[in-house]
Amino acid sequence: MKRAAFSIGFFLLLVLAWECAIRSKVWDSPLIPAPSDVVRYFMASIEDRTLLDASWVTLKRLLLGYLVSVAAGLPLGLLNARFQFLRDTLGLVALGIQTLPSVCWAPLALIWFGQTESAMFFIVLMGSLWSVLLATSAGVANVPPIYARAARTMGSQGLHTWYAVVLPASLPFIVSGMKQGWAFAWRSLMAAEIYITIMTGFGLGHLLHYGRELHDMAAVVGIMLVIVVIGLLADKIMFSPFENFMHRRWGTARK
Amino acid sequence: MNPGPPIENAPPEKLVIDQVTKRFKTSRGSVTALDRISLNIREGEFVCLVGPSGCGKSTLLNIIAGLEMPDEGEVHADGRRVAGPGSERMMMFQESALFPWLDVLGNVLFGLKLKPGLKPKERVEMARFYLTLVGLEKFIHANVHELSGGMKQRVALARALAPNPRLLLMDEPFAALDAMTREQLYGDIQEIWMKRNKTIVFVTHNVREAVCLGDRVILFSPHPGRVQEQFEIKLPRPRDINSVDLASHATLIMKALKRHLKPDPAEVQE
Repeated sequence: MKRAAFSIGFFLLLVLAWECAIRSKVWDSPLIPAPSDVVRYFMASIEDRTLLDASWVTLKRLLLGYLVSVAAGLPLGLLNARFQFLRDTLGLVALGIQTLPSVCWAPLALIWFGQTESAMFFIVLMGSLWSVLLATSAGVANVPPIYARAARTMGSQGLHTWYAVVLPASLPFIVSGMKQGWAFAWRSLMAAEIYITIMTGFGLGHLLHYGRELHDMAAVVGIMLVIVVIGLLADKIMFSPFENFMHRRWGTARK
Repeated sequence: MNPGPPIENAPPEKLVIDQVTKRFKTSRGSVTALDRISLNIREGEFVCLVGPSGCGKSTLLNIIAGLEMPDEGEVHADGRRVAGPGSERMMMFQESALFPWLDVLGNVLFGLKLKPGLKPKERVEMARFYLTLVGLEKFIHANVHELSGGMKQRVALARALAPNPRLLLMDEPFAALDAMTREQLYGDIQEIWMKRNKTIVFVTHNVREAVCLGDRVILFSPHPGRVQEQFEIKLPRPRDINSVDLASHATLIMKALKRHLKPDPAEVQE
């Protein structure tokens, strides 16, 4: 509680200083919006629903792309760890593509899919699939062999060893891979939305883009804030339960 | 005292190790870890395998467990040829090898869940019984990282005992513990062995430990791994590791061990 109060106090102070700096003309430029301008933008855009609608469109794209990434990346990562020939082929592909900034997929996606949802989906998928795959594979490779040996003497074999021993043992790696995948998916989607305009849905990235075109600085800053908050909330809501479980069980709690 | 789950062990049959040979390939060529080892172990016997590192005693244990296959020869447990690991031959390792994603109870339940024909309630009852046997009834919901080294090995022991294996294989299970904890566990393991009527094959490089625990101490020599000598230990139980009688037995074996130990440049790690 004390820590939360401290954090909130810090940010309130920051915003207050910012507002004062603009009111007192220390920062006197149309390029810097005051916090009160941003709040006014929030009120207006919540009222006319542009912000909510755009957030919803973006979230839907993000979740779809990310969930497919995890659903495909986890089993592919397990297979990659299990079979040497996959490591020598798919593993190298994954490693190579992971180094490619995902916005580089945008031109290709546009040519293949046109200005469609599929292009968006493709870019998000390419952005996050590989890091989930590689993290899962690394997690499995780091499981101490003694766990599987102990399990085998207790009568565990084949698939059971995989889902009852190898998978939970690599959980710390898998969760950090999923977090990384989430971060990449989020970045990819924003890049795609700013770069590609499509008619089927107006996302936060587009909103940000048009904020610039209209020179609406309050909107630009406001939308950036929304993007930060969504990222933060997702982290807390999706990954905190896993992380708390791991800290408790593995004894890696933050001091 | 609660008698616990019934002991359903089959009538006495023994563990037969017949002409087992195992070679390993290394960068320097092939090393014979075990050279035509033959041993018979009676039902209910506590056997200790002793020898310097590289003598193949742990390899033999892995072969009995079914985790490794011999290049030649066969192992028969209860009249059946060992072709792979199985829960009737439970193994304990030097590291506890407890699963950190499960709590203490979950770890003991792991092997029980693989045993068919048990209701969930029965499993939990059995797990609790064995955790009580090793003195950890108060820690059933503790996390593995919260336990001391000795407690971890106790949980590992409960986990190995819970599915009621006929044969318990122990690979230097107390080597990483401090002396005081180890002495406690010597008492505990003897008591459990007498109470639960198990056959135990125990690997160690500590001669006193072997004399303290074993009905029979089998001395291995390295390069190639062979059975050098066997000693029947007829001291009354429970034995105290610090007793004078025990020390004199240990000295005898230690002398034999030194006789066979010749420095060898080609020493290979186990």
